[in-house]
Amino acid sequence: MNINDIQSTGSKATREGFGQGFLEVGRQNPNIVGLTADLLGSLQMQHFKKEFPERFFQVGIAEANMMGIAAGLATAGKIPFTGTFANFSTGRVYDQIRQSIAYSHKNVKICASHAGLTLGEDGATHQILEDIGMMRMLPGMVVINPCDYNQTKAATIAIAKHYGPVYLRFGRPSWPIFTPEDQEFKIGKAQVLATGTDLSIFACGHMVWIAVEAAKELHAQGISCEVINIHTIKPLDEKAILASVKKTRAVVVAEEHQINGGLGDAIAHVLTQNLPAPMEYVAVKDSFGESGKPLELLDKYGLSKKDILWAAKDVLDRKK
Amino acid sequence: MADIARLKELSAQMRRDIIRMVYNCKSGHPGGSLGCVEFFAALYGNVLKHTPNRFKMEGNNQDMFFLSNGHISPVWYSVLARTGYFAVQELATFRKLNSRLQGHPTTHEGLPGVRMASGSLGQGISVAIGAALAKKMDGDKRWVFCLTGDGELDEGQNWEAIMFGAHHKVDNLIVVVDWNGQQIDGSTEDVMDLGNLPAKWKAFGWDVLKLENGNDVEAVIAMLRRAKRRCGKGKPVVILMKTEMGHGVDFMAGTHEWHGKPPNDEQFERAMAQLTETSLGDF
Repeated sequence: MNINDIQSTGSKATREGFGQGFLEVGRQNPNIVGLTADLLGSLQMQHFKKEFPERFFQVGIAEANMMGIAAGLATAGKIPFTGTFANFSTGRVYDQIRQSIAYSHKNVKICASHAGLTLGEDGATHQILEDIGMMRMLPGMVVINPCDYNQTKAATIAIAKHYGPVYLRFGRPSWPIFTPEDQEFKIGKAQVLATGTDLSIFACGHMVWIAVEAAKELHAQGISCEVINIHTIKPLDEKAILASVKKTRAVVVAEEHQINGGLGDAIAHVLTQNLPAPMEYVAVKDSFGESGKPLELLDKYGLSKKDILWAAKDVLDRKK
Repeated sequence: MADIARLKELSAQMRRDIIRMVYNCKSGHPGGSLGCVEFFAALYGNVLKHTPNRFKMEGNNQDMFFLSNGHISPVWYSVLARTGYFAVQELATFRKLNSRLQGHPTTHEGLPGVRMASGSLGQGISVAIGAALAKKMDGDKRWVFCLTGDGELDEGQNWEAIMFGAHHKVDNLIVVVDWNGQQIDGSTEDVMDLGNLPAKWKAFGWDVLKLENGNDVEAVIAMLRRAKRRCGKGKPVVILMKTEMGHGVDFMAGTHEWHGKPPNDEQFERAMAQLTETSLGDF
């Protein structure tokens, strides 16, 4: 798998992939139901609602209640998908998720859009950068952050078939599509996008595409990068991570999340126990975001291609 | 009337169970538990359609119950054991290591009868609504019941759920409020005044019933049956049930002091002296 073979075939928002996937699973399984807290269109749940109005519930701006209702629906055998922004899907309702969903092991799919800085102009009140950390701390919670439209659609279909609580994180902006249509999504299985020998770049969500772009530039400089999409942050594919780092002994992790608690920490945890190696985080450095355009924000907060290139240079120097 | 005599005996035994359980582990919540004995005896002993020895999480074609104020677990565990969900002897494990009878109810240890963890307050009505919606979707004609504390109504999530229940016409749901007027730090009036509680529920669009004596098992049965008849008419039903916290043990009655503390040796003896033995026998 050569890095230059990875090409964008178009651009769509990951949340649109969720909306299409949700419609598809709705057609496959009559037990699937939807709920939203006044964000039907933002979550692209209108397709499902139009086709299955009797299986969709408008909860109003009441996320705590939505999580509880979802837990009750799941208790009685339904498979509820809740839809609101990532901020309101996690921090606002952490205790409801903790007690009624995670601890009670309910088959609820927490579907969260507008995650991270790329939410853009709405600013830091809405740009949650702690959600992966909060969700991966909960015992039994599956945490997924797919990289593009196609993969978000596939992940939505996959989580419907998985029994247990899931946090599915995706975003607002239109974003390059570069993974295949109708791909099979395997929860917990890392996706090796390009093989290489000098450096491992692990990324999730929107940052996977930026990692690919950075790896192309590194490739042109004669540096062989392994690019691995860790779309499932929990359970983490430790085997794939260790196999890659065993080869490269140099690691960069890129995520649209705080430096604390996210994918980088999850990988560092595996490496410190098994295979210590030079590692750099490309993540938000313990700060809140602000209003701006998605790419401007990624640039200002250290999540751009050049930040990955710097991080790569740093770990490669330390490896010597 | 034979049934009422049986339920009175069940209630008497549940009171003994509660005091013995919290004394046994030197922790737990006797006050609210004692106050809700008649409610649980009426619900599980008479009103619910359920199959205790074949408990299924989904509860299809059965009545379902959710306890929102999970701290009154002693009374719930007692009635579950006494109606056949699990062995009565297991009550001796309450709050001890490796027990299914956790301090607050959980599904995690697989205790039959429990469908949702509760303890962090204010979540039960939402959960009960979810189960009630599922029943409606499935064409299941049975009812969903939920007990919540009155102090617990301080939590905002309740009012989100109450608004939802009316808006979505969840009319197969019966919420019962344990209206004992007490919470941990004092009376509800002093801590956070609930104001005109019936008017509040009514304004939120619920069918409101008031039960003046929630410690009379016959009255509770009559009220629960009345609530069932009021269902199916486009409104969820709430029973505002007056109870006495600590009912049945004189020094625990009517005060918040016994919300969450066990009796010492002397208090235990005094309490047990007031709770006569029954033919059901202690655990």
